Amino acid sequence: MNSIAANEIKTLKLSIYRYDPLKKEKPYMQDFDIDIPLEKDLMVLDVLMLAKEKDPSISFRRSCREGVCGSDGLNINGKNGLGCITPLSDAVRSNKLSIRPLPGLPVIKDLIVDMKQFVDQYKKVKPYLITDKKVDTREAIPQTVQEREKLDGLYECIMCGCCSTACPSFWWNPDKFLGPAALLQAYRFIADSRDTATEERLEQLEDAFSVFRCHGIMNCVSVCPKGLNPTKAIGEIKKMLVKRAL
Amino acid sequence: MAMNGKGTLLDAASLPVKEFDGIIVGGGGSGMMASLQLAKSGLNTAVVSKVFPTRSHTVSAQGGITCSIQSADPDDDWRWHMYDTVKGSDFIGDQDSIEYMCKEGPEAIFELENMGLPFSRTDEGKIYQRAFGGQSKDYGKGGQAERTCAAADRTGHALLHTLFQANVKAGTNFLSEWFAVDLVKNQNDQVVGVIAFEIESGEPFFLKSKATVLATGGAGRIYQTTSNALINTGDGTGMALRAGYPVQDMEMWQFHPTGIHGHGTLVTEGCRGEGGYLINKDGERFMERYAPNYKDLASRDVVARSMFTEILEGRGCGPDADHVFLKLDHLGPEIVHKRLPGVTELSKRFAHVDPAEHPIPVVPTCHYAMGGIPTNVHGQVISQNPDGTDKIIDGLYAAGEAACVSVHGGNRLGGNSLLDLIVFGRSAGLHIEETFKSGIELDNPSSGDIDYALRNLNRVNVSQSGENFVEVKKDLQKTMQMNFGVFRTEELMVNGIKEVSNLREKSQNIHLADKSSQFNTARVEALELLNLIEVAEATAISANERKESRGAHSREDYPERDDDNWLKHSIYYADSKQVSKREVNFRPKQVQAFQPIVRTY
Repeated sequence: MNSIAANEIKTLKLSIYRYDPLKKEKPYMQDFDIDIPLEKDLMVLDVLMLAKEKDPSISFRRSCREGVCGSDGLNINGKNGLGCITPLSDAVRSNKLSIRPLPGLPVIKDLIVDMKQFVDQYKKVKPYLITDKKVDTREAIPQTVQEREKLDGLYECIMCGCCSTACPSFWWNPDKFLGPAALLQAYRFIADSRDTATEERLEQLEDAFSVFRCHGIMNCVSVCPKGLNPTKAIGEIKKMLVKRAL
Repeated sequence: MAMNGKGTLLDAASLPVKEFDGIIVGGGGSGMMASLQLAKSGLNTAVVSKVFPTRSHTVSAQGGITCSIQSADPDDDWRWHMYDTVKGSDFIGDQDSIEYMCKEGPEAIFELENMGLPFSRTDEGKIYQRAFGGQSKDYGKGGQAERTCAAADRTGHALLHTLFQANVKAGTNFLSEWFAVDLVKNQNDQVVGVIAFEIESGEPFFLKSKATVLATGGAGRIYQTTSNALINTGDGTGMALRAGYPVQDMEMWQFHPTGIHGHGTLVTEGCRGEGGYLINKDGERFMERYAPNYKDLASRDVVARSMFTEILEGRGCGPDADHVFLKLDHLGPEIVHKRLPGVTELSKRFAHVDPAEHPIPVVPTCHYAMGGIPTNVHGQVISQNPDGTDKIIDGLYAAGEAACVSVHGGNRLGGNSLLDLIVFGRSAGLHIEETFKSGIELDNPSSGDIDYALRNLNRVNVSQSGENFVEVKKDLQKTMQMNFGVFRTEELMVNGIKEVSNLREKSQNIHLADKSSQFNTARVEALELLNLIEVAEATAISANERKESRGAHSREDYPERDDDNWLKHSIYYADSKQVSKREVNFRPKQVQAFQPIVRTY
């Protein structure tokens, strides 16, 4: 139970990154005092919504508010995470909460980043099943329980962008290094027993940048709100590429 | 030309036009199924979605998609599924639609699997199916069926991402983070597109189209406590009502039995399908008293009412005795963590318990609108001629939760909503494709028609003072929660209708203080409120009008089902605020119609 820590918070010192592209001001941090109901361990998203009631011009994305849609990836007290499933008891330090947009992507406004580079990299890995197995529309392509288990930890990605925007290699080469999210997706199809395009997929990944710019820093693993392990998936791809080159 | 704070009115003359063959408003399951069909057929299509498509609420569906694919049981029969669905609907589901869905379902499931959807598997390598509420074999005579196809407890996520991926492959054109405001109609009552703006730039457009599909999902945000995403504001339903088209059965709102207490987030019915059950403060498995045969897997309306009865009679759990417990710990960590990993995560996060060790505190939460924009099986929107017969609206389609093709009637069975999305998203796409083949001509709208569709956007954009829309929304949600919940009475509802009517007045005078153009989420929320108001008022007035108890609509003053007067759909128009009746379809093509019986579980 985390509610004990939350009970200690009364008036939270909240600080939010503000930027309006149409105004001349540089980006700045806007401070708020937010009164927190004592009995509940609120999530960071709840606090953002309370702040928006005070200042409706604050912009951020949100949808499911339960950690499955991936809208509200944010930098919360220095660490990437989803606002809607990060409790204050985990995030707040010394009664202070500082919220910034995900790092490494262009900021459109306030906490909203331009996800285009992220989505473009996702699309590059052909994130869909390619198969030459005979498909009868009256039945499923067979897959054993063991084969299906290989997709656990891969298919659950919600495309929130927390991992790729926590990755120094992605900050450095967002156009050439695919980033942990896209590579996790690449491996999700390589690992799928129904997919028959492994060779084609590996060929596309064998340059010096797409995969090999991953240096195993593991920021992606540390921030993934779904507990996934992109570094491991990238390691598997690297192994396959090395084996293939020999 | 972006919208800004200078108070300039938008008009037809200055509004840029983008032209498409087909526009789909909404990027969830039904929208992306329709768009996939259209992309394959080579039509110039755009999906207009206010969020990036994978943020749509389909992603939250957990337990599965119900369909007779004969995997768990080789003798399973789509007609048994049809029987369950008709009975579940409390006999006001349209039997032609239900037949179509249950019969066409397997092909759609296999299509999804072939696209890559990572279904869980059986030992034989087939798609895994689990037990869900209201499912039977042999027309209710053969005991509990296992008919819900699942990808662990993340079926909606797997389905939505698979559909997005298939659309990426097919080259679908996404207008992602665009907000559709209103339908544009010509003088012949045909729909010729929508007014929409790109949220990032604030640039408005007339998106002209020969086929417009409303796939905008649910509107659970009319209630205070709901499983629905923050984006579920009934945008398509509001647009249809403002354009003068009717909605059907809007009094029918499903309250899902197992919302996490204090938050509203769901844990799937699949918990009970896997062997979990509900207990009251005495530890009693109380569903055995209410539904001796199906127990915890009775249909959702029955379970939700039983839970509230336990709470009202003082057998609720917790310091305020305001919830009950869902017990899973007897299943052991292996089953709980493997079959229900998402539930484990949600439960730890929002209820601070590991369900493998402790029961989850749950209470019914607003979940799903059985009602919506009436359509036929091809997704074509239906209005009524003066003599009460159906009239097809040219150019307008609806699919998914926004629509009411009426496969759910008075109560939806678990796992049937994903099937509805897939089957009818596809059938709308197919019909549009065929219509284009045979040629389609719609008259151009006049500039007056376009100006009319701009009226709400203009009103919000130039507002100088007035009501705070956040406050109006909160009041609306409170009113709906108090007066149109699980148990209803005329006294509460009449009071509620009055309050909603006042709030509508206020909503006509809302003030958008921040008029900035770029990514102005306040503007989006202000416009969403106008849709919530439409849906809420339709719900309120329809609910008071249906003077019986059927499915999810349970009245203390009319506790019995009244087949003589109300074996009907309710039809509501926003202009007149009047409710009329529409015949329920009892003419399936291949089986004998199922006649109403007393509905017990």
